This record gives sequence, structure tokens and C-alpha cells, in this order.
Amino acid sequence: MYEHDVIVVGAGGAGLRAAIAAHEEGADVAIVSKLHPVRSHTGAAEGGINAALREGDSWEDHAYDTMKGSDYLADAPAAETLCKDSPKETIKLEHWGMAFSRDDDGRVSQRPFGGLSFPRTTYAGAETGHQLLHTMYEQLVKRGIKVYDEWHVTRLAVSDEEKPEDRTCHGIVAYDVQTGQVEGFRARNGVILATGGLGQVYDHTTNAVANTGDGVAMAYRAGAPMEDMEFIQFHPTTLPSTGVLITEGVRGEGGILYNENGERFMFEYGYANNLGELASRDVVSRAELTEVNEGRGIEDEYVHLDMRHLGEERIIDRLENIVHLSEDFEGVNPLDAPMPVKPGQHYAMGGIETDENGETCISGLYAAGECACASVHGGNRLGGNALPELIVFGKRAGHHAAGKDMEEAKITTGKEGEYELGEVDSPVELGEAGIGEDAVADGGTAADAGASVSGADLVQRAVEDERETIDTLLEREDGIQQAEIRERVQKSMTRNVNVFREESALKDALRDIREARELYQQVFVGDKSRTFNTDLLQTLEMRNILDIAEAITLGALARNEFRGAHWRKEYQERRDEEWLKHTMLSWNDGRPELWYKPVILEGENKTYEPKTRSY
Amino acid sequence: MSTQVPETVEEESATEAASAGKQKRDAKKRERAERVQEQREAEAAEKARSADDTYHLKVFRYDPEVPEKQEPRFDDFHVPYKQGMTILDALMWARDHYDSSLTFRHSCRQAICGSDALFVNGSQRLGCKTQLSDLSEPIRVEPLPHSDVVKDLVVDMEHFYDQMESVEPYFQTNSLPDGELDEQRQTRENREKVKMSTRCIWCSACMSSCNIAAGDNEYLGPAAINKAYRFAMDEREGEDMKQRRLEILEQEHGVWRCQTQFSCTEVCPKDIPLTEHIQELKREAIKNNLKFW
Ligand SMILES: Cc1cc2nc3c(=O)[nH]c(=O)nc-3n(C[C@H](O)[C@H](O)[C@H](O)COP(=O)(O)OP(=O)(O)OC[C@H]3O[C@@H](n4cnc5c(N)ncnc54)[C@H](O)[C@@H]3O)c2cc1C
Ligand code: SF4
Ligand code: FES
Repeated sequence: MYEHDVIVVGAGGAGLRAAIAAHEEGADVAIVSKLHPVRSHTGAAEGGINAALREGDSWEDHAYDTMKGSDYLADAPAAETLCKDSPKETIKLEHWGMAFSRDDDGRVSQRPFGGLSFPRTTYAGAETGHQLLHTMYEQLVKRGIKVYDEWHVTRLAVSDEEKPEDRTCHGIVAYDVQTGQVEGFRARNGVILATGGLGQVYDHTTNAVANTGDGVAMAYRAGAPMEDMEFIQFHPTTLPSTGVLITEGVRGEGGILYNENGERFMFEYGYANNLGELASRDVVSRAELTEVNEGRGIEDEYVHLDMRHLGEERIIDRLENIVHLSEDFEGVNPLDAPMPVKPGQHYAMGGIETDENGETCISGLYAAGECACASVHGGNRLGGNALPELIVFGKRAGHHAAGKDMEEAKITTGKEGEYELGEVDSPVELGEAGIGEDAVADGGTAADAGASVSGADLVQRAVEDERETIDTLLEREDGIQQAEIRERVQKSMTRNVNVFREESALKDALRDIREARELYQQVFVGDKSRTFNTDLLQTLEMRNILDIAEAITLGALARNEFRGAHWRKEYQERRDEEWLKHTMLSWNDGRPELWYKPVILEGENKTYEPKTRSY
Repeated sequence: MSTQVPETVEEESATEAASAGKQKRDAKKRERAERVQEQREAEAAEKARSADDTYHLKVFRYDPEVPEKQEPRFDDFHVPYKQGMTILDALMWARDHYDSSLTFRHSCRQAICGSDALFVNGSQRLGCKTQLSDLSEPIRVEPLPHSDVVKDLVVDMEHFYDQMESVEPYFQTNSLPDGELDEQRQTRENREKVKMSTRCIWCSACMSSCNIAAGDNEYLGPAAINKAYRFAMDEREGEDMKQRRLEILEQEHGVWRCQTQFSCTEVCPKDIPLTEHIQELKREAIKNNLKFW
């Protein structure tokens, strides 16, 4: 068994920042990550980091834009923390040497982004995430922070008190990808989950293949609630064949969207009369799909994004990477022709419920980055607001876990505060498919631990459980392979739980997920090797995809209104009287339990009054 | 059910019925699983047969643990072609439809994570960035040369990482501005100068293509030298640091080992002018030494 003060799971922007922060506080910190840090998906971020750095801008304006963009589903204390801390954290990256794009006076450049009232998106060409990830990894090397790379974390070791709020996280169990060993990692102070996105629930996504929502699902099964899972952001400009992202920076710099008739539809059809292409992502995604659905799409599938008029010099200066992406992955040179684009899954606004300090309701368990929901994005994330989230909340979680005194959080977690139970009309049974003999495929149940069991023993028990699960999976000689199940779920989610949502389709998705769960009871791993067994790892990930797909769909079915990225055919209005609340799902004895907690709209000096969003 | 049946019997028969029910359900589940699997295999074969175009891949296979795979071999895969398909897409298709044990690293699918550098038809390329249609058949896919193979297409990256970390790959300066909101100014020209060097995704293609690195295990190699260039040329680090960086680069297994063969520059998927950077550092090193004479 390995032992450290703080264990960070994941080495993207959030995980690296958390580790550096914990190290600053003097903790013995280690990172455990299924990919080598520089392979993390943060590297793919293109557009930039929002930070109110300049004269004429202020964190208050940034907070206002964020609350409005969220369609009033973000919690004000979290959004304000994000906007207040972001300038400092962004400049910290600059001090660490990050190669930002520069203005003539040598200061870092900023550009306009969708939904922002000031051009406050700081960037490094169209490769901001790559620069950020590498800069932060360099700092990790400088500090000699220990990284266990290519270790796949499979479960959390959490004590099993009845109420999640009474539980403690003592560590994790991980699988060494190179050797097939299953080992325990005990965390004396805390575990920080920073496992990133969950785009692999869909088949058309900008996310990496590794983004299977592991952290969210593991925390959920250990008792930490998932929050606002129905809010999935679809990015309006992804390449149709692969889902590769074309940054919003293209529209920020003046790129124009056209339909098949060559009409600038954002204006022509009144989708956003003021901001046009720069309206928020949900608005633009719906506009594009409406064009396609009404027969004005190209090849019934996509629209055109044109940046040729910007001129080669400006394109190469600010968007060079886009030229390569479009050429390599779609075969279109955007200096000569418009790029084909369509909406694709991009970002999960929801995730593991945390407060502004990154802490969950389970003591010693933290989450930061895309896997977490401190609730800064609410119903819709503004472009350029995720990277600051990584550095701001990554740092806070790192400090807190390492024992630094933090201000008491204003956001409550777990069922401690005010909450209301919910109900959803599901056509099928939800949750685990078979508890008992078949439980292997369900991920098993947590080791039962009385109060007398020490943290180390608890981790050891979890390790033994996991060894058994994995042995059983490897021993099975036949059954069905995960690739088949994955494909079914991904296709169903894209068909039924996409940009446009309606009740019957959501119910179809729940049926498909149920069927997939049952098939998963028969899952079998073809590869019997202990060395670099990606078949086994994908099979373990599949379990997470199932829980997450179910949570997204359940939330979407429950929320009878139209807010942010969540559009419902039957409910075409935002209904503030009833729905200014977060959708919460708790894993209760193997079944999802639905409940709600109110949104906090009171900020430090003001209350954010819900207004109609118009662009 | 008759009320006359004694309770105990009823209980028993209930459990029996339940377990019979479970067996039936299990059998049904198994049947369904088998059906789905068969259907899938048939579909895969059908797709490959009926596609107008299939591509023929010969893929290197090796697993130290599995007896049948201990002897390295090439497996043939015929993959149905779709417009825009890359080597990585083809490998994923083969894995998902033919052989789930086919092993390779991959993640981003967009040439930014650096995990899928492979040896394709005799040269180093990123699988995700290489269109099948640009290659001649049969397409040979092998792990990167000059590295230990862990399994199939996966190589051990430790040595590469060690070399990267040996050049102090992090920003160091003695003159940070005082204020936490004050930037270190950098001219646009200077950023432009280091820009290409910052693009490295640590894929190791360059290292694998380099003859010198193959023969001299201690040679820093193109990627690590490029990393040092990235900082040595950054005006924000200052002159003192530049001296120190040049000292690291001038060591016995540093820049002077490079024989200007350009193979690294040719294979780099991020178009980094590696050889040029190495040459420039050699010139800087000479200038630096002249100062001491
Ligand atoms: C294409 C693209 C472009 C984007 N552009 C922007 C932008 O311009 N601006 C912006 O603000 N946001 C952008 N975003 C969003 C933002 O980049 C992501 O939300 C953010 O990078 C996520 O960072 P993270 O640290 O949470 O996770 P990631 O960077 O995804 O890292 C996750 C880490 O967790 C590890 N991990 C996962 N599961 C396990 C496990 N089971 N065991 C061990 N380790 C595990 C992985 O190895 C990885 O190291 C973009 C996103 C995408 C996909
Ligand atoms: S320099 Fe180029 S080839 Fe070498 S590791 Fe970096 S990206 Fe790969
Ligand atoms: S999969 Fe990331 S570089 Fe190819």
C-alpha cells in the first residue's frame, strides 16, 4: 500500500493545480492518473481563459456575465469566487512562463468570446490548453511532486456510515496499467478527484477517449451526490466527421456562420439579433440544428463556418491551429473554403457536488475541474470559463485538503441544508441490474467497515474487493464485449438526449440504458493478459458510462422546463417559480434517488435577479 | 394457490420458483448476449465484405505474457473505409470488431495528447493524424523503433521522459514582477521566436527517428534539446539562466552529438524545426564560449 497526505486523482489542469497547491502547503502529495499528465484532455482546450485583467473590466462584470450565461442556475458564491480569483491565477501562469499571445506593449492579449460583455479571454494562440497543461506540468517537475502515471483508479475507499455526510474517504484503489497490479493508496488528509469530462457517454463529442466520467461515477457510488447532470453543453462548431473542436475564437475573431443558401442565419432568422454568431453556445447550437431540421443545412447535416475574410495574416497569427485541424481531420483548408461544422457534446456543467472550497459532503473527499460541480456554470457554461475553473478550484481544493484554513463555505453539500425530494416517471427500473451473484459487473458493494476499522484496513478491504472483481472479470470465458454495449449507449444518448429533448425520446434512452445494464451483467474481457490490458480498463469504464448516462437522462426527464442548454419540447419556457433549484441524484442502496436544493442567487454585494436571456 | 397448502411448503416452493425464475432469466440473458455477439460478428464481417473499399492493415502483435503472442508477429486486418478515416480509426475499428486485445495508446484523436506515435509504413507518425488514403497498402503498423515494446503497439516511454526531465524543463527567472497582477512583459517577436518550440506534445517520434539517439542512450535527443531551446530563447528568463541552459546543452551528450540528419524535423507532427533549433543552440554555445576566451 502507498501512503501520502493528499492524493490527487487525475493530472489535467485541475489535478496539477491542486497538487501544486497542496505541495505549497507542505503536504506530501501524489498524483495518480490513468494517463501521463501531458496526455490529459486539458491539452485540447483551444480558445482561452477568462480573467478580468484590464482597465474597464471588473470581476463583478465577469460574475454578472457568468450568472446570466448560466441562466441563473449557478450559485453566486461559487461564480463570484471564480471571477475574483481568476485574474490572480491567470497571471500566476504567466509568472510560471506560460507562452500567452502578446499585445504590442508586451502584455498578454485578450479577445472577445461568446456571452462576455468585455473581451476578457486571455489566450495562447488556439492552443491555450496545451500551453497551460505543459506549463503546469513543468511546475510539477520543478517541485518533484510524485506522479503515478498510467494507474487507473477504480474505486474510492470510503467508510460505510449510513449517511454519506458521516462518511470519510481514506484513499483509493488503482490498477497499474503496465503490470496489472491492483494496489491501495491511503490518503492521510484527503483525496481530490480531478478526472475531467464524460463526453464518451455520447458518440459525437469533442472529448478524448479517456473522458469516461470515472470520478463522477466513483464518487456517486461512494455517496457523494451528482448535481445538475442534465446540463450538457453542445458546442456549435465541431467537425462533422470526428467531433474535433473548432474554437469559439474563430467566431470571436469575426468568423461567420452560413446555411446552405448562403444566408447568415443567426441574423436572417432572428436567432440572436444583437450578438449573432457570438451568442451563447446553447443558442447557436439550437440555431444550427433548426437550420438543418428545416432543410437549410448542408448535406442535411451541418452548416458552414467561414473565416476567409479575416485574411491569412490574422488567421495565422491567432488561429493557426485551426487551419491544421480543419485540414488534417476534415480535409478542408479554411484559408480557401468555409469549414463544415455541427454541434457536438462538449462539456458537462454538472458533476460531483462540491462547495467553493472543492469539498464534497464526504469528509476528506474533494473534487475540482470538469468532474466537479461547484456550480459555477449552472445551465450553460460560457466559453473560456472552464480553464479558470481548473486553476481557481484546483488550487482551493489543494489548499483545503492539505489543511490550510479556508473561509467557511457558503454552499452546503449533501442533504444537510434545505432540500426537497423529487420523483420521476421512469418506464424501467433504475440503478443496479443485479445485486448479489452478478454484482461483479455492477462494481460490487463497498466493504462494510465498522467504526473500529482503521483507514488503512479500509483501503486494504477495498483493494481485496477490487482484486476479486477484476479476477472474476478476467476469468469469464464468454459473454458480451464492452465495445458493443458502449456503442449502444453512445448512439442512444446522441439520438435521444441531445440538443433537443422530448419526453418520449428520454424514456427510450432510459429503456436502452436498462438493456445495456443487463447486457453488462454478461460482460466479458477477451484479453486475458495482465500487461496493458485496455480491454479490461474499457470494461471498467463502461460501468461508469452506464451510471452517468442514466443520471443525465433522469435529470433531463425530471426538469420540466427550458433552461440554458436544457431544451424541452413540451416545456418551452424557463419556469423560475418552480425550477430555480439544482437537480441532485444520490446513490441509495444501488438506486438513484432524486432530490433538489435551491440555487443561491445572493452574491457578496448583490442578488442576481433572473432576467430573460437575450442575445 | 390453495389455502390448504402448509406454509413451509409454500415458502419452499416460492424460493424454488424464484430460483428457477432466476435460472431462466440468466439463461435468457446469456442467450441474448450470445445472439448479440453473433449478430455483431456477422455484421462486422459483412461490413468488411460489402464495403466498396477496405483497407488492409498488417499490425505488429506481441505480448510477453500470452504464450501465443510471445513470438512477435503481424496480424492482418481488413477494415471498411469511411471518408476521412485515419490509422487510429482503423485500429479502433479492428479492436472493437475483431480482436479486443489489440493494444495501443490513444486519447485525444486530435494530435494534441501525443500518445499514438507509431511506425507506419516505415516512418514515425501520429495515428490520429494520418489518413489511410495517403498510404500504400498493405499498411504496416508497428510500435516506435528503438524503444522497448510493452505490448503490441505500446512502447516504454520512461527513457524519453527521463531525457525530457534532465534539461530542467521549467521556467526560471530571478526577476519576477512584485505584484501578483503584474505581467512579465514579453515582446511579440520573442513569443514568435519560441512559439514553435512550445508546441511539442512529447510524442517521442523525433527521438525514435534519430540514429544518434539509437546509438547513444545518453544523448539528450531532439525533443529535450527543443525543450531547453524553449526556455533559453525566452527573454523573460534573463541572461544568467541562458548561460546555465547552454551549459546543460553543451555537456558531452548534448547538442554536439547532433549530426544534422534532419530525420527528427521530418517526422515531427507539430512541424517544429528541430534541427534548426539544435543548430541555433550550437551557434549560441560557440558565442558563449568565445566570451570566455
Ligand atoms: C476540445 C476542447 C476545447 C476546450 N476549450 C476550452 C477553452 O478554450 N476554454 C475553456 O475554458 N475551456 C475549454 N474546454 C473545457 C476544458 O478544457 C475542460 O473542461 C478542462 O480542460 C478539463 O480539465 P480537467 O483537469 O478537469 O480534466 P482533464 O484535463 O480531462 O484531466 C482528467 C485527468 O483525469 C485522469 N483520469 C480520468 N479518469 C481516471 C481514472 N479512473 N483513474 C486515474 N486517472 C483518471 C486523466 O488521466 C487525466 O489526467 C475545452 C474542452 C475541450 C474538450
Ligand atoms: S519535438 Fe515533435 S516529434 Fe519530438 S516529441 Fe515533440 S512533438 Fe513529438
Ligand atoms: S490520439 Fe492524441 S495525439 Fe493522437
